[in-house]
Amino acid sequence: MAQWEVVIGLETHTQLTTASKIFSGSSTAFGAAPNTQANVVDLAMPGALPVMNIGAVERAVKFGLAIGAKINQRSIFARKNYFYPDLPKGYQISQFETPIVVGGSITIMLDDGVTKVVELTRAHLEEDAGKSVHEQFDNESGVDLNRAGTPLLEIVTEPVMRSAKEAIAYAKTLHNLVRYLDICDGNMQEGSFRCDVNVSVRPFGQNEFGTRREIKNLNSFKFMQQAIDFEVQWQIAEIEDGRKIQQATVLFNPDTGETKAMRSKEDAMDYRYFPDPDLPPLVVSDEMLARIKAGMPELPEAKCARFSSQYGLSRYDAMLLSQDGATASYFETAVNAGADAKLVANWMLGELSAALNREDKRIEQSPVNAVRLSNLVARISDGTISHKIAKTVFEALWSGEAASVDNVIDAKGLKQISDSGALEKIVDEVLANSAAQIADYKAGKEKALMSIVGMVMKSSGGKANPAQVNDIVRRKLA
Amino acid sequence: MSLSSQDIERIAHLARIRVTPADVLDVQAKLEGIFKLIDEMQAVNTQGIEPMSHGLDMVLRLRDDAVTETNHREKYQKNAPQTAEGYFLVPKVIE
Amino acid sequence: MSWNTFSTVAETVKALDDKKVSAVELATHYLDRADALQPILNAYVTLDREKTLTEAKVADDNRAAGVAAPLLGVPIAHKDIYLIDGWRTTCGSRMLENFVAPYSSTVVRNMSAAGMVTLGKLNMDEFAMGSSNETSYFGTVKNPWDTSRVPGGSSGGSAASVAAGLTPASTGTDTGGSIRQPAMFCNLTGLKPTYGICSRFGIIAFASSLDQAGPFAQTAEDCALLLSAMAGFDTNDATSLDRPKENYSLDLAKRLTGLRIGLPKEFFGEGVAPGIAKAVDEALAVYRKLGATTVEVSLPNVKYSVPAYYVVAPAEASSNLSRFDGVRYGHRAAEYTDLMDMYKRSRAEGFGAEVKRRILIGTYVLSHGYYDAYYLQAGKLRRLIAEDFKRAYEVCDVVMGPTAPETAFQFGSKSDDPVKMYLNDIFTICANLTGQPAMSHPCGVDENGQHVGMQIIGNYLDEARMLNVAHQFQLATDWHTCHPSI
Repeated sequence: MAQWEVVIGLETHTQLTTASKIFSGSSTAFGAAPNTQANVVDLAMPGALPVMNIGAVERAVKFGLAIGAKINQRSIFARKNYFYPDLPKGYQISQFETPIVVGGSITIMLDDGVTKVVELTRAHLEEDAGKSVHEQFDNESGVDLNRAGTPLLEIVTEPVMRSAKEAIAYAKTLHNLVRYLDICDGNMQEGSFRCDVNVSVRPFGQNEFGTRREIKNLNSFKFMQQAIDFEVQWQIAEIEDGRKIQQATVLFNPDTGETKAMRSKEDAMDYRYFPDPDLPPLVVSDEMLARIKAGMPELPEAKCARFSSQYGLSRYDAMLLSQDGATASYFETAVNAGADAKLVANWMLGELSAALNREDKRIEQSPVNAVRLSNLVARISDGTISHKIAKTVFEALWSGEAASVDNVIDAKGLKQISDSGALEKIVDEVLANSAAQIADYKAGKEKALMSIVGMVMKSSGGKANPAQVNDIVRRKLA
Repeated sequence: MSLSSQDIERIAHLARIRVTPADVLDVQAKLEGIFKLIDEMQAVNTQGIEPMSHGLDMVLRLRDDAVTETNHREKYQKNAPQTAEGYFLVPKVIE
Repeated sequence: MSWNTFSTVAETVKALDDKKVSAVELATHYLDRADALQPILNAYVTLDREKTLTEAKVADDNRAAGVAAPLLGVPIAHKDIYLIDGWRTTCGSRMLENFVAPYSSTVVRNMSAAGMVTLGKLNMDEFAMGSSNETSYFGTVKNPWDTSRVPGGSSGGSAASVAAGLTPASTGTDTGGSIRQPAMFCNLTGLKPTYGICSRFGIIAFASSLDQAGPFAQTAEDCALLLSAMAGFDTNDATSLDRPKENYSLDLAKRLTGLRIGLPKEFFGEGVAPGIAKAVDEALAVYRKLGATTVEVSLPNVKYSVPAYYVVAPAEASSNLSRFDGVRYGHRAAEYTDLMDMYKRSRAEGFGAEVKRRILIGTYVLSHGYYDAYYLQAGKLRRLIAEDFKRAYEVCDVVMGPTAPETAFQFGSKSDDPVKMYLNDIFTICANLTGQPAMSHPCGVDENGQHVGMQIIGNYLDEARMLNVAHQFQLATDWHTCHPSI
């Protein structure tokens, strides 16, 4: 296995958040009854013609600017010709030789904190096809063209990923970015964000790429991982058995965990691309470009740098907090509500993150909101509770036991004991029963002091201020 | 440049038109002349010439992003060969 | 003024205004004639007396109520390529034999808004592919002047109906000469405007970058009236020109003194039948008498029009016709084994031989490995031809020449040899490739009495001047006033 290098490229189809379709005034709303959102253009009636939606163009430009790509201010729509029931015109209007966005890159972060720059080849506008249902009718398939004409931005990477992990990291980062920019709602269950993964293998050191197979329409990160893992194993096994990899389009079966080549749709599909004569060249004016640039939100990379410098966070922490708009917003809300930035960061990346993962929730769904977390952190900073006790408070808030931090502290009597008199009393009690530990400490074992402090903490039900206890014990044993 | 019968069968397949062997022969004969005509174009040196698709330099006009259509399913499905429950029906597609 | 079958649109408007005739009377008259001559000419595909008379009544009621519309009550018949809501629209094909349009084309709506009354849908070459109206699924259309001859195509029905007095005017479409050539063969005036002047929304697409809607009538004056109603910016068509509505009749009366007529030497060579050359020469003499001067120009690349057209048009058509797959409308085969079989049989059965041929050509020239050599090359030749015209317009105002190299031919004499058929379009195609406006008007007869048309090719957006030129010619001559005895 170590002799094989995996080469992966991703093509992601993102449905854009326009109200109407890319070439018609039909609604793009999800879930309507079949064919109730399909007009003469979407149905490809004779004589129907496409008319361009400015919202799709603006979103494509926004994306291009966000990834530092070149915006082709003059791009061309082309027809991709093939026959399929959910493709009413018998061609898809897409972009071929001259797409609206070229180049650009997205930086991803891997587990170990290492970053990698994923270069993008291009991003182009095109229309989505309709949907077919195959299980609803006995001998027939049903075609629903509501989805036909929904605007897509197809985002293509260079084949620069080298593992399933990298592919997933990229997919997740892209997913965050398009939602961040508000150009795509990222709803994978509804098909707003679909990834095709191109996978090939080659012996390490070989320059030529191996033959690739394309795994289509993966709509969950979990499936993506499984599919790539299986595909890689399969390709390696094939080659090691002396067989050649045939270029193919492949589907992932979540039930079996296997990838399988589709019935050959058409041996090397000949799409007969040519510029669509119904659509003159798309020109993005300097004015539009300037307007969109001016309206860009602070991008994740800039935010990351700012989090680092403004709040003194490590690059790693800053990156994790700035990737996702909701997370970044949560963080800043918490800090602005009066809590220490570094502590907030620790709590978000620690307890909060663990709880969210455990229950498969997104931060927007957290029962503990930013202000609440801010209050919690503030109570640690002002000495009301210790870090350890705070975890108990957090759990209480998370499970909905109480609404406010102070309520939980009072109700459970968790207030930290900081009164020196009270603390001295407890210390004295413990010291009275700790002759062995005192002797060890006097003999030079520092650990014994920790043991005594531990006992004081336990005796106080965890509420004693640990720093103060430490001082008192040391003083008394000096 | 002349087309073989395999060429014609391949193109007919791409175009989703059923052709019988007799059709192929007929088409082959008729297309010969046309392609001879078309081949005359090849002789012209067009290096550096920008292709033209629309006479007056048009640019794509942009429409506001607004929903302007309402549901007309019944009317639009009147010409459909086969529908059920709002779907257009076709022979079952096997992936 | 009194009114008769061959009154022009202008005369008909006056007769209606003067209450000499009503819209209902007009519609009835033309419907009766259409019914009577249908077995002989086969110009119509669909007539619907009830629908037409209802529209006519509305026009009369509107007139009584004082509603003003420039062509209120004037009958019009439409080539069966224009969708009209609620009317069967076949495009001359079995594929759409029973297709009832669910919406109307913008051009039809514009003409209805001008008050015109729909008489019916006119026969045509299938999917507008043809130059003789011999490829229609609904049978050939006969030339009213001589029923053993073709009326021209693809707008054969549009020309035959006006020539035979079945309607005072009609609409056609022109992709490679399909308005101008039938206009010549039937002794009419027909115009293809600048690409983008008339909306293509609701017109069944043949070759999207070449198709244009246009009028047929007996006179240039009528064509101006009709074009003014038809034309205009449409937000439903991304190739529609965004400019203010124009009144094409404003310049009709201008004198032709100082008009410079360019005569491309390529239009006057060997291929032109002698009878045509003679008629055109004599017509040019008339123009000179009217004050115009002629100058020889050269369009060296125009000879590549035909091959370039026979790449571009089929290529675009092959893609445009992919939507006819038997899924959502149109012909579906009665028996098939699976989806692939359904597609292949439905399309094989639905399309006629010429349409299938062109789809195959188009599919081939776009297919892998051939795009550069064919489609791209053709696109470049278009530019070269356009530049030839640009140069010509530096020394002339309009370009003229015969509309076609041969007059109306006998049925069946060319349909076996597509190349012969395609060469008929040799003078008309260039204007479609460049997008310039072009028209044909009657200018004489050959030694057999067959009609000759003079083609005028104008610079972009110069329709008003072209119509003026033809109108002045028609004031000085009477070729256009002849009618077949049918």
